[in-house]
Amino acid sequence: MKWISAALFAAVTLLLPFFAGDFYINLASQILIAAIFALSLNLLVGFGGMTSLGHASYLGVAAYISALLTSRYGFDHGTAAAISIAGTVVMAAFFGVIALRATGLGFLMITLALSQVLWGLAYRMSDVTNGDNGIAGLTRPAPFGVSLESAASFYWFALVVTVIAFVMMAIFVSSSFGSSLKGVRDQPRRMAALGFNPWMIRWITFIYAGFWGGIAGLLYVYYNKYIHPTSLSTTSSAEALLGVIAGGSGTLGGPAVGAALVLLLKNYASAYIERWNMLLGLVFLFIVLVMPTGIVPGLQKLMARFQGRSS
Amino acid sequence: MNAPSNLALEIIGLNKAFGGLKVTQGVSLSIRPGERRLIIGPNGAGKTTLFNQISGDMRPNSGQIKLFGEDVTTSAPYARAHRGLSRTYQIITLFAGDTLEQNVTLGLLGLLPSRWQMWRPLSSYRDLATEARRTLDTVGLLHLADHAVSDIAYGEKRRVELAMALAQKPRVLLLDEPLAGLSNSERATVKSLIASIPKETTVVMIEHDMDTALDLAETVTLLNYGRVIVDGERDTVIADERTREVYLGA
Repeated sequence: MKWISAALFAAVTLLLPFFAGDFYINLASQILIAAIFALSLNLLVGFGGMTSLGHASYLGVAAYISALLTSRYGFDHGTAAAISIAGTVVMAAFFGVIALRATGLGFLMITLALSQVLWGLAYRMSDVTNGDNGIAGLTRPAPFGVSLESAASFYWFALVVTVIAFVMMAIFVSSSFGSSLKGVRDQPRRMAALGFNPWMIRWITFIYAGFWGGIAGLLYVYYNKYIHPTSLSTTSSAEALLGVIAGGSGTLGGPAVGAALVLLLKNYASAYIERWNMLLGLVFLFIVLVMPTGIVPGLQKLMARFQGRSS
Repeated sequence: MNAPSNLALEIIGLNKAFGGLKVTQGVSLSIRPGERRLIIGPNGAGKTTLFNQISGDMRPNSGQIKLFGEDVTTSAPYARAHRGLSRTYQIITLFAGDTLEQNVTLGLLGLLPSRWQMWRPLSSYRDLATEARRTLDTVGLLHLADHAVSDIAYGEKRRVELAMALAQKPRVLLLDEPLAGLSNSERATVKSLIASIPKETTVVMIEHDMDTALDLAETVTLLNYGRVIVDGERDTVIADERTREVYLGA
C-alpha cells in the first residue's frame, strides 16, 4: 500500500508536464522552489531548534548576485551561479557568527534584523539594485545546452535539483553530525559535557542551511527572470517559516507539504479574496489547533489510529 | 617552577558569586587519581554550583581549576570532556525520544572525530552500537536497549545517566546525586555499580544519602555556605564536631 502510493506520487511528479497545462506546470515549479527553501529553513528550525525569521536573506542575496552578474557584468550563468552561492555561503557564515551569540528569541530577533538590513539595502541602494523597480529582463541558464525556457523543461530541471536537495538534507540529518545537531537542540548542556561543541555544530548548520537557501534563490530568479526587494522581505521569510511549522518542523517531508500549502493558498485564494493573508492565518490557526505538530506528523498519527482500528 | 602535579583534580581558591550571594568562597580541593571523594553539605551549600564550575558550565569569578595538572579554568565544557572529565546531572538530562542505545551511542560519539562527519548515518556505526550495548549491560539495562528513554522508569533513567558517563571511560567522573529519588533496592543496585567503577577513574560524588554514600567514599568534603568546612579522610570528617553541627544536625 505504502509502495503503491509512493510509486504513484513519483509517477505523477515525473510525468506532470505530459498531462498538465503550463499554468499548473509553473505552479508545480514554484512549489518545488518553495519546498527547497522550506527544507533548508527546517534544518535550522526543526533539527537545530533555531527559529529564524530572516531566511529570505539567502534566497534574496543569491538571486540578486546572480541577476547582477548576468545582466550587468556579462557573466555566464555557470560562473554567476558559483559566485552567488559562494557569496551566500560567506554571508551565512558571517551572519551566523552574529546571530549565534544568542539562542531562542534573541536569535530570532537578530536574524530578523539582519534580513531587514538587506531588504533596506535592496530598496535604497538603487544604483546597484535598481531599487523598487527590481531587475528585469533576466535569462534562464541552459545547462548542457538544454534550454529551460519552456515550462516543462524548467519543471524537470527544478525537480532534479529538488530531489538532490532532499536527498542531501536527508543524509545530513541522519548522519553523526545530524544526530549531534538534534542532541544540541534538545540538551545543549549535556551535549557540551559529552564533548560536543554546540556553537560550532549550530554554526555549520546555519551555513549549510544558507547554502540550500541560496540554491532555492537561484531557482527563484531563474524561474521569475526578475528580482524585486520583496524577495528579501520579512513576509518572504515568514511564509517559509509558516510552511515549515504547518507541514511539520523536524520532519523530512513536512516542510515541503507546508510550503506547497502556503503557495497554493497564495495562488488560488488571492484570486478570490484580496486579503488572502487572512485566510492563510485561519488555515494556520486550524492546523496548529488540530495538528499541533504539523500536517505530516498529524496525518501519520491519524493513519496509525485508523489502521489500529481496522486490524 | 611548578612541580608536575600528580593530582587528578585540583581546585585552588575558587570564588563564585551571584550578585551579592557568595555561592563558592575560597574553595580549594586536592583529589588524587583513583580517589573516591564524597561532597556533602546542606541544601544550598554550593555543591552543584561547584560541580558546574568544574565541568565548565559556569565560570568562577576567581581561582583555578586543574585537571591532571593542566589549567582548565577557562576551557569550554567540551574541551574538558576531551581531557577526560565526565559528569552526570542531578536533574535527569537525557534524550527522551531516543532509545537507550542511541543515548549511550551519543555519549561515545562525543569523543570521536567521526562526530563531525555528515554522510554516514550514525545508526550504521555497528561498533558504537555494540559498545553502547556493552555499557548498558554493565548497568543492567541491556534488555531495554531498544526502548525509548521516555518509556522507562525513573530509577532506570538514573542508570542511563550513569551509563552515558561511564561509556566515555572518563578519568574524572562527577556524579551529582546519583541516588536521588531511588527506592531502597534501586539504591543498592546503583551503589554496587558505583563501587565497581574501575580505579583508573577518579570519582567525585555529591550525595545526600549518607548511609549509602559513606560506604563508597574514601575521603569526604563538607561544604556549607560555599565554604569548605571540613576536608579529609572519611572517618576523621564524620567524627569531626563541625560535621555534626552543620550536617547531621546534632
